[in-house]
Amino acid sequence: MDETHLKIFIKGTTNYFGQIAREAAEIGTPYLKEDNDNVILDYSAVIGISGSYRGCVYYTAPKEMIRKLIIHMGEHNADDALCADFVGEIANTIAGNAQEELGAGFMISVPIVLAGNPGSVRFPKDAPTFVIPIIWQGNKSYLLICVGESITA
Amino acid sequence: MKLLIVDDSTLIRRAIERFANKFQFDEIRSANNGANALKEFKSFLPEVVTMDITMPEMDGLTCVEAILREKPDVQILVISALADKSTAVEAIKRGASGFLLKPFTEETLITSLEELFEE
Repeated sequence: MDETHLKIFIKGTTNYFGQIAREAAEIGTPYLKEDNDNVILDYSAVIGISGSYRGCVYYTAPKEMIRKLIIHMGEHNADDALCADFVGEIANTIAGNAQEELGAGFMISVPIVLAGNPGSVRFPKDAPTFVIPIIWQGNKSYLLICVGESITA
Repeated sequence: MKLLIVDDSTLIRRAIERFANKFQFDEIRSANNGANALKEFKSFLPEVVTMDITMPEMDGLTCVEAILREKPDVQILVISALADKSTAVEAIKRGASGFLLKPFTEETLITSLEELFEE
């Protein structure tokens, strides 16, 4: 995964917030995740990647930001279950949209959703993990990309 | 006219239901995966279905084929985040009437449903 690939996810994230929130999200400078960085906020979702690529796409966000987004979308009640559900949908949509440039070989799983802080999340060691900060209405969330190409015999 | 909404996200099912209210469906039901959708379809027999692809238990494209075996004239709009062109082509090949890429807005959903009804 290099800068070109990261740009695909940044473009997807920008497009997502532009469509859903109708207000651009500010994308912070991406950085490489260190082993001891625990990027875990109130709600998180992991999408497994398989096919021509392997790894995961992970999105984590604070409760306040997710609640605001849900209400912005026309819901009146943003309870915990709906917040967790929505984080899964954000991860699913950003990962799925990356297929436009990475091709159908970039296969995504259904999201695994976490509510609360599990303490730590382990990422595959065989590919670097990039962290993309996403700021919307003063709230900061993070998209983590840990994707490498599949090794074929 | 009846609508069945199939998506594993509660928020998306609710959004589609809210947006689709413009069309004054007689009844709207929903299912959270392909397997449940097929069960619901057999008793509900809707004329229109919106179908996600990436779902647990049974994926949306398999469900499209299964539904069309039950009722070949049903109109199915596949709504998915999978953006490779081959996904939309595959959906149409399997019998879907239309494809809408996520994220969608009220306007894009309404346009897609209107196009479905024009056919």
